[in-house]
Amino acid sequence: MKSKSVKTLVAGALATVTVTGTLLVAGCQGESSGSAGIEPKVFTDSLFAVMKSDRTNYTKLIVQRLGPNKGGFIKPNEHWEDMDEGAPLPAQMFRYGAEGVADMTDEFTYSLQSIWPINSQNAPKTPVEKEGLQYVVDNPGENFYGTETLGDQQYFTAVYADVAVSPACTSCHNEHKDTPRTDFKIGDVMGGVVIRVPL
Amino acid sequence: MKKILWGIWLILSLALAGFLGVQISQGGSQDEFMPGAMTHGHHQIELQCDACHTSPFGGDDMLQDACMNCHGEELKVALDSHPKTKFTNPRNADLIKVLDARYCASCHIEHNPDILHPMGVTHPTDFCMQCHQDIGEDRESHAGMGFETCASAGCHNFHDNRALYEDFLLKHQQDVVPTERAQPETELQQYILTMGTSWDKDATPSPAAEAAMTDEIHASWLASAHGEAQVGCDSCHTVSNTNTWLDKPGIEQCQSCHEPEAEGFLAGKHGMRIAAGLSPMTPAQARQPMQLDDGNAHRELTCNSCHSAHQYDRVEAATSACLSCHADDHSQAFNASPHGALWQQVEQGQRPMEEAVSCATCHMPREVNSVFGTDIVQVQHNQNANLRPNEKMIRPTCMQCHTLSFSIDALADPALIENNFNGQPSTHIESIDMAVERDQSHQQRKAKN
Repeated sequence: MKSKSVKTLVAGALATVTVTGTLLVAGCQGESSGSAGIEPKVFTDSLFAVMKSDRTNYTKLIVQRLGPNKGGFIKPNEHWEDMDEGAPLPAQMFRYGAEGVADMTDEFTYSLQSIWPINSQNAPKTPVEKEGLQYVVDNPGENFYGTETLGDQQYFTAVYADVAVSPACTSCHNEHKDTPRTDFKIGDVMGGVVIRVPL
Repeated sequence: MKKILWGIWLILSLALAGFLGVQISQGGSQDEFMPGAMTHGHHQIELQCDACHTSPFGGDDMLQDACMNCHGEELKVALDSHPKTKFTNPRNADLIKVLDARYCASCHIEHNPDILHPMGVTHPTDFCMQCHQDIGEDRESHAGMGFETCASAGCHNFHDNRALYEDFLLKHQQDVVPTERAQPETELQQYILTMGTSWDKDATPSPAAEAAMTDEIHASWLASAHGEAQVGCDSCHTVSNTNTWLDKPGIEQCQSCHEPEAEGFLAGKHGMRIAAGLSPMTPAQARQPMQLDDGNAHRELTCNSCHSAHQYDRVEAATSACLSCHADDHSQAFNASPHGALWQQVEQGQRPMEEAVSCATCHMPREVNSVFGTDIVQVQHNQNANLRPNEKMIRPTCMQCHTLSFSIDALADPALIENNFNGQPSTHIESIDMAVERDQSHQQRKAKN
């Protein structure tokens, strides 16, 4: 009887360990597959939400309110570092963010592009960029998603419309010496944010 | 017979491996490992391999870190037009296949003198065209210009365009020659207060100081800024944090009060050997023409080489000290040049130092720096900081006395530089004209709309 009790206890303990271990492994696997399983589209949509919010706030709360269109306290300028009252342009602010992210991670990259770029280096150049930038212009309110291979790496590439949110955007672009387009209005799609996630 | 040959081969191989191993492990001469001559920028420290090759296994990233350790700050100050961050986005994968601008060594390859262009560039001179080949379509004025002219005609630089960008050209298109030519200076007490340096002004000289003192030394010291500020003998002639007398103070003692100046010195050609842990530079080790007579060849270059001990005469340090070593055409033409004529008036007491041009005015310019929120004037002791490309000199030096247009033209004329600006520029660089023309067209277009 005693021996049977011991056997039962050992068997019970083994069963407990096995079940607990299985649950733990399952839990870990669940957690692991959960984090790896975020759909690229959900990931890029979420990233864009943060980017758009920050970009709109900088443009409206800083550049529009304190710049030449209103307060005149700051001079948003490409060469802001060389000016006492200089402030980065919204597009530069966005690029500095992208560069800061690139210093921290290679899990995603992003850039601001346009089919009417002031700096021709910011024109779309891969086929997916070209198609995506045109798509968000032709289909207001919609995003574009695609995949492409650059170098030896395949990417999920998402393109989101960049819309003129303040007179600071339109007046600066319409009057810039290098602009290929001079009739932007508030609400127009001026370009797009391209986010890439390596697959 | 074969066995004997193999035996000899084995013994020779082991001997060679042993010799090279000892060279590495004992820190002996590393000449044997040098794959090719170094550029003018690095030849002084060429035998300090680990200054760049910090690890045997690091690869490109390790070398890049080494580049940035010494040159990163300089690129930041220059508002680098092509930082690495512009090339890391995957959309540039096609560009970096052709020209991997993420790494300095893509264009500046060391140990390869056969393909070396000016400014340490080893990449073929068409590098601008890899990305800007369609510039002729965007700028009519640029149509038909040769690919080799972008960075060689005084118009553009790859890294530093602070004096060349379009808005700057427009801003200074109608500049007139400045009438006031006084270089800025910070009053001594203000400088001391801002830098926060301190010493015991009332310290009694130590017995060693009393013993070493002569009338001549005392008179020199009394007439110097150290005398004015009551920096006594033991402040410099003592090993840091001890009371041990030091006959010949070195840079460690100078930098305890003159940190920014020492930092500049160590970053430039004058002090880079010391910074790399080597013996100080000597004129004999230089690649450019130097005065090598009367024992000068092996004089070691320290703070006291230019700032002679006890006197610390700034007038002497600004030109005579330079010309006591430098013997290239540009240096030797200084005294007969218009700049030299002004300087001779200073040496003869006919003109304040601040109104003239010395070697240091251009090569070690005074800079206004913000220290703890206070603007003070410091002398940039890295004589390389504005040397190449020479357009770096336009804003801190040339434009103090000349217009932007004249400065650009003068610096694009190698013969004029060689004779130390004794004459007028023989060429005119049209960059300001092009910027003005484009701006006028733009204003007309805007008016029509």
